[in-house]
Amino acid sequence: MTLSTHQTFFAVLGGMVLLTAGASGLVHWLTMRTTDAAKLNWIRRLNSRVHATWLIVLLFAVGFALGEVALAVIFALASFFALREFIALTPAKPADHGALVLAFYVVIPVQYVLVASGWYGLYAVFIPVYLFLVLPVVMAWKNDTELYLQRVAKVQWGLMLSVYCVSHAPAIATQEPPGYEGRGALLLLYFLLLTQAADGFAVMASASLGRTPLRSNPNKSREGVLIGGAAATLLGTLLWWMTPFAWWHALLMSAATVFAAFMGGLVLASVKRSLGERPWDQGVALSRGVLERLETITFAAPVFFHLTVYFFVP
Amino acid sequence: MPIPFRFLPPIVWLVRLLVGAYPRWIGCAPSAVQRIYFANHTSHMDTVVLWAALPGELRANTRPVAAKDYWDRGGIRGQIARDELNVVMIDRARDDPNADPLEPLREALENGFSLIIFPEGTRTPQQLPGPFKSGLYHLATAFPTVELIPVYIENLHRSMPKGALLPVPTVCTVRFGAPLARIEGEAKESFLERARDAVAALAG
Repeated sequence: MTLSTHQTFFAVLGGMVLLTAGASGLVHWLTMRTTDAAKLNWIRRLNSRVHATWLIVLLFAVGFALGEVALAVIFALASFFALREFIALTPAKPADHGALVLAFYVVIPVQYVLVASGWYGLYAVFIPVYLFLVLPVVMAWKNDTELYLQRVAKVQWGLMLSVYCVSHAPAIATQEPPGYEGRGALLLLYFLLLTQAADGFAVMASASLGRTPLRSNPNKSREGVLIGGAAATLLGTLLWWMTPFAWWHALLMSAATVFAAFMGGLVLASVKRSLGERPWDQGVALSRGVLERLETITFAAPVFFHLTVYFFVP
Repeated sequence: MPIPFRFLPPIVWLVRLLVGAYPRWIGCAPSAVQRIYFANHTSHMDTVVLWAALPGELRANTRPVAAKDYWDRGGIRGQIARDELNVVMIDRARDDPNADPLEPLREALENGFSLIIFPEGTRTPQQLPGPFKSGLYHLATAFPTVELIPVYIENLHRSMPKGALLPVPTVCTVRFGAPLARIEGEAKESFLERARDAVAALAG
């Protein structure tokens, strides 16, 4: 028996709602039971992931109902907030203003319009090639060469991470292997579940059985990452039926995606530290943590996207 | 007169989308007590940002003080100043040399409004505020019961440098400090110095 697109979608969404509700309940129960500060801190971290998962569920109900354009808009907003955060961390000079106006008000919309219209040939090179050429020109125009190379590089990096990489997530929904027509959004959902699971399982496993904290992120341990990654890969394999892949394809895709997700986390942690991230006080939605929440998909999205295109789309 | 509940005005949405304007209540809590918020001034957006950082129920009763030559114009800017911010216009140009420029401020305070003022009098596009003008001192002595709240607006000068037309999005925080104590018989200069230091201390 094969499920129709809608049936598959509702099965997955229903499962997610149940699981997330279970996780929320668990978090609530744990919070009621403990007064230990360290434990509460861990619960808080777990809870922020549960919230992120709720957001994905919501996003998907909306995205699936309204289609790919809605998905592009949602991810464009995510890129906007991530870039805003990135730029706020980077010391900018008044002379950078033109380049930043270009980045926020031109590059983000153009990239996502290209993605939504499926113009692969252009969105794959728009930022890495054309912006790479245009940005340094815009900045050189002001004739302010103090730290010129650093300033250009930071804007380019901000765009690559928070716009180019992130935009490959909705792009996954536009690439439909033969026999999988009309189900692109499902593949994107699969991808997001996978990266979310990699991160969430790693945090949980680290807290319960971790020993050696990672140098890049003391909230995760080496053992936790290995076990959490394995668990996420297993989940990805078990969910093969919602993808165009055979189960062993799904296994390899999951392994590659989970690995890329962890590498993305590693790189973003380094980026934020080298920018001297300020503890933007705590607890305000969207003021901090957009980059942090997106770190697992920044590297994984292009990897997942290109593997799919190379091997499954003729 | 309390303004009835209404949806978040679009200007507040826009400010939050562009620059965040996240409030941090460090030295005091949001309160309906009559207050003068005095802040550093680095960009034209300060007025709107500080106002947008206040909780909705306080916004209705808090009026920013702003330069007449910039805000009292036709078009969208004037409309925002009048209808949304309910700005108290201050006349920097002083068309009439005998008029007291603080008069509209006194009137607003007498009517129970809280005020937002920028005592530097002009924009200083740098991290720490410049010297304060004496208006704050005169208001503080004339209205001894009004709380004086130092406010530091972070990061905003980068969003909109002088001469720029479009603001660049950033993450800006608005820090509210502890009420400035009044010292009996304090000289004007030392009061202003202390007020400025209170703002600078929030720059941390």
